[in-house]
Amino acid sequence: MTKIFETPLYPYTRQADQNAAQPVRRKVVIIGAGPVGLAAAIDLAQQGIEAIIVDENDKVSFGSRAICFAKRPLEILDRLGCGEPMVDKGVVWNLGKVFFDERQVYEFNLLPEEGHRRPAFINLQQYYFEEYLVNRARELQQQGAPIEIRGGNKLIKIDDKGDHVDLTIDTPEGPYQLEADWVIACDGASSPTRQMMGLDFVGRIFEDNFLIADVIMDAPFPTERWFWFDPPFNKGQSALLHKQPDGVWRIDLQLGWDINKEEEKKPENVIPRLKAMLGDDVNFELEWVSIYTFQCRRMENFRHGRVLFAGDSAHQVSPFGARGANSGLQDTDNLCWKLKLVMDGKAPESLLDSYDDERVYGADENILNSSRSTDFITPKSDMSRLLRDAVLDLSEHYEFARPLVNSGRLSVPCTYDQSELNSEDKLDGPTRSRPGSPCADAPLGEGFLLDQLGDQFTLLTINADAPNELDVDGIKIKRLALSSADDTSNAIKERYLGNAQQAVYLIRPDQHVAARHDTFDQTYFTNALRRAIGKSV
Amino acid sequence: MSERLNLKPNIANADDFYAELLAAHEGLSKEDSDALNARLLLILANHIGDRDILAAALKAAKI
Ligand SMILES: Cc1cc2nc3c(=O)[nH]c(=O)nc-3n(C[C@H](O)[C@H](O)[C@H](O)COP(=O)(O)OP(=O)(O)OC[C@H]3O[C@@H](n4cnc5c(N)ncnc54)[C@H](O)[C@@H]3O)c2cc1C
Repeated sequence: MTKIFETPLYPYTRQADQNAAQPVRRKVVIIGAGPVGLAAAIDLAQQGIEAIIVDENDKVSFGSRAICFAKRPLEILDRLGCGEPMVDKGVVWNLGKVFFDERQVYEFNLLPEEGHRRPAFINLQQYYFEEYLVNRARELQQQGAPIEIRGGNKLIKIDDKGDHVDLTIDTPEGPYQLEADWVIACDGASSPTRQMMGLDFVGRIFEDNFLIADVIMDAPFPTERWFWFDPPFNKGQSALLHKQPDGVWRIDLQLGWDINKEEEKKPENVIPRLKAMLGDDVNFELEWVSIYTFQCRRMENFRHGRVLFAGDSAHQVSPFGARGANSGLQDTDNLCWKLKLVMDGKAPESLLDSYDDERVYGADENILNSSRSTDFITPKSDMSRLLRDAVLDLSEHYEFARPLVNSGRLSVPCTYDQSELNSEDKLDGPTRSRPGSPCADAPLGEGFLLDQLGDQFTLLTINADAPNELDVDGIKIKRLALSSADDTSNAIKERYLGNAQQAVYLIRPDQHVAARHDTFDQTYFTNALRRAIGKSV
Repeated sequence: MSERLNLKPNIANADDFYAELLAAHEGLSKEDSDALNARLLLILANHIGDRDILAAALKAAKI
């Protein structure tokens, strides 16, 4: 059987741009068709902005990399029109078990809060994730949306001219020139765009190697996340077992620093390790094996003139916590509406600097969390190992020690507390919905609240009066009028009202709260909108 | 330093406590003793809970 990651999905074909006498000017050129580049293109094209993706390759991610996708990215994918196939195919899990040495020390349940359309997490191979994004891009293309994926197109030169960007793209038939109003660089951790522009990428390398194996097996392991510290089959190291669709299991074995990578990767060395872990009687087949070293680092700035960096090109984290692709999707979610307003001439170009502020903040939070997990999993000194082992021993007996066990703090969206786009909080409401925070989902009628938000600014009113349509400086704000009668589950009261009887929220196109007040105060909300699009008020 | 971190004598029958601490380590290997200390530290820290006091204690210990 040919695997999806071996099949060319967007093979090279010659484009009219390659025959043009003068370089053709495009609106947005996206470098890289990984999860982040695809999400950016879909987001823009869905709003009518021309988005051309160039990728040197013509296939989805080789083998499986990311497997855990968190609720917030799934909500973003719903807005992009492709959350459903992901969740249908994905494996939903809530239970995790932690083992230390030969015994299970405790288990936990993610206990997802009720009343959200999407689960806390799904496991899905990255190649499916990308395939469904490609399908969505094709669907949009068929509907006439201005989106294109050009496989076999490699960026080899980039030059920001101030009012546009010059690009040289190499193809199997030779190079051609292209101009772009804006460029989004989603070309991964080793980003050639970043290197060609001579930009830094600093941080910390963790001196450790992990063997990642995806195995196909018919085994009675339950749909749970199992994490081992110092197991008998991998002494002194850690291990992870996680279920993916199609009977594929992700196995992650820590190997340490001084190893021979080529040797360790050979099936004759991998198979005995896996047998020691899974038991001799389990039959399995290796789908994919590789060895990884992890780094936690980011660019100093994600915006450089007309070139915007998103996803792994801008920041890299260790996989513990599943914050890579998950945070990359939050980058494009943050960026695309801003870029659209700037391109439409409705917001000052400086709005794009808030992308830098907000997502650098997000990246730092992710790097902090994933570095701490890595430090727990791989103690760097005798004392840190002693303390780590003490935590694990105590966790078996006492509840207090369990929150200290860190096998990855799973990805949650960040609240842009310090953002200049936020207005002063004028509601005695729940802190979880303060300005800067991502909107929490809630049941609404037959569906959910988040389905009613997104792409545009929304004025959410709960038991409060307000005009049905607002126009501030040419930007339309649609109203979503709710009352307690709509809130049969009480979730809206709990998540948006708190102690207040009524509330008015200004919600950004990326479903983050910009401002809130207990009544519709025209001046407050007019200023709040201006502030949220980067104007000085 | 936090005003609230008590660095004055606070343990009744201090000699008894100290003897109890030594007794807990009696007969243990160096490795097991170290592990016991680490567990004890974590249990006490959790009991205190207050982050300011814990931070002040970490500072106070670095004499
Ligand atoms: C073992 C492992 C496990 C992981 N687990 C998780 C997880 O559970 N959850 C999670 O969220 N994340 C996880 N990640 C991280 C996740 O895989 C990455 O964050 C994600 O792939 C980043 O997407 P991207 O689009 O930014 O970059 P990439 O996926 O790296 O895509 C970059 C694209 O750019 C193209 N490109 C490169 N150079 C050029 C050029 N010069 N011209 C044109 N195109 C170019 C490449 O062909 C590629 O298609 C994991 C990573 C690893 C290694």
